[in-house]
Amino acid sequence: MIGAVTDDAVHARILSIAELVNGDPGLVRRGRHCSTTFLLEAGETSYLVRVLEGRVASIERGPFLMRPWTFAVRAPAEAWNRFWEPVPAPGYHDLFAMKKFGMASVEGDIIPLMAHLRYVKDLLAAPRRMRLA
Amino acid sequence: MADFEPIIGRYLRLPLGGRPCRVYFEEAGQGIPLVCLHTAGADNRQYRHLLNDAAITRDFRVLAFDMPWHGKSLPPVGWQDEEYRLTTAGYIEMILAFCDAMGLERPVLLGCSIGGKIVLELARRHPDRFRALIGVESAAYQTPWYDDTGFLQRPDLHGGEVAGALMSGLIAPQSPSETRWDTLWGYMQGGPGVFKGDLWFYRVDGDFRDRVGEIDTGRCPLYLLTGEYDFSCTPDDTRATAEKIPGAKFTVMREIGHFPMSENPAQFRKYLAPVLDEIRALGR
Repeated sequence: MIGAVTDDAVHARILSIAELVNGDPGLVRRGRHCSTTFLLEAGETSYLVRVLEGRVASIERGPFLMRPWTFAVRAPAEAWNRFWEPVPAPGYHDLFAMKKFGMASVEGDIIPLMAHLRYVKDLLAAPRRMRLA
Repeated sequence: MADFEPIIGRYLRLPLGGRPCRVYFEEAGQGIPLVCLHTAGADNRQYRHLLNDAAITRDFRVLAFDMPWHGKSLPPVGWQDEEYRLTTAGYIEMILAFCDAMGLERPVLLGCSIGGKIVLELARRHPDRFRALIGVESAAYQTPWYDDTGFLQRPDLHGGEVAGALMSGLIAPQSPSETRWDTLWGYMQGGPGVFKGDLWFYRVDGDFRDRVGEIDTGRCPLYLLTGEYDFSCTPDDTRATAEKIPGAKFTVMREIGHFPMSENPAQFRKYLAPVLDEIRALGR
């Protein structure tokens, strides 16, 4: 059942993003011009992350049948776990590093992602700060 | 008493590509000239820690210039009507012209990223003009990690914010916050299209895979230093280059990314100091 435990840990970390982002005034301020819904996938599991003026309004777990999103960020659960280590190993330390080395993919409308890249990167990295029980 | 740093900055008038340019440079120290080349879309502030390092400037005269279009070096007159692009030929002319104008006799040349790349071509074509060459984050070719640089210059995106956010990933997680953000500030300040224009050399014009095998390190020693967290020019990219160059000395730097001298000067000096000691011991 190691797989299931890993999936639960990843699920908890993804859900933690909302509180971690919304509790960080600097991050919310930097994202104040960002309002979008993007798809975040960990292995087979999909999440729609809805951002409204820099705050994470909701993180909804799929599966989804037909839902709009601007861009998608996908990686296996194990890759996200390594990305969220306090000091990630080379190749797991950045979204685009994971993309270059084939561990992650980035698709859809890249322009809003680029416009808010620092904010989105910080949002995705927020679980690095999560306190584990 | 005023707390001055030992760095002196001046402007040098230099014709480049047949046009008058005003090139800003900084220097500190005395002894063997050590010319330092900044990365794409950045400027000579990346070398401020090296310029302030008394243990290095005791034996080396460290010089770092801003390429035209970068830092305090204005673009040449008429820039508003052209698209900036760094070329291999233009880059070589600039480096040799700077060394000539300054009367530097067989300097050591240290370049990072695009600077590390041009070091390879200088090693091939002008080895007798340098005492030693140091390529930092240097490779004959790097596998690209995006296929369109268009988003670096378009009116609906802030080029500086995009460049800073992109480059943040190339910095090692261990690098101190202060120097990490100094490094990114430089990227956030670049002029429109300048980073993109430098990348044309980094990604297209500067593909030297077919020629680095001609480098003769017997004529000029070549050192290659690459950070383990650099996913733009990876250690494997540099290794592939080093394997084609007999005598090239390649080292992977731990806990460092794409901007060693700027993102983590203390960590970088652990790798640079032994190289400089070796160069000093070579004598003339």
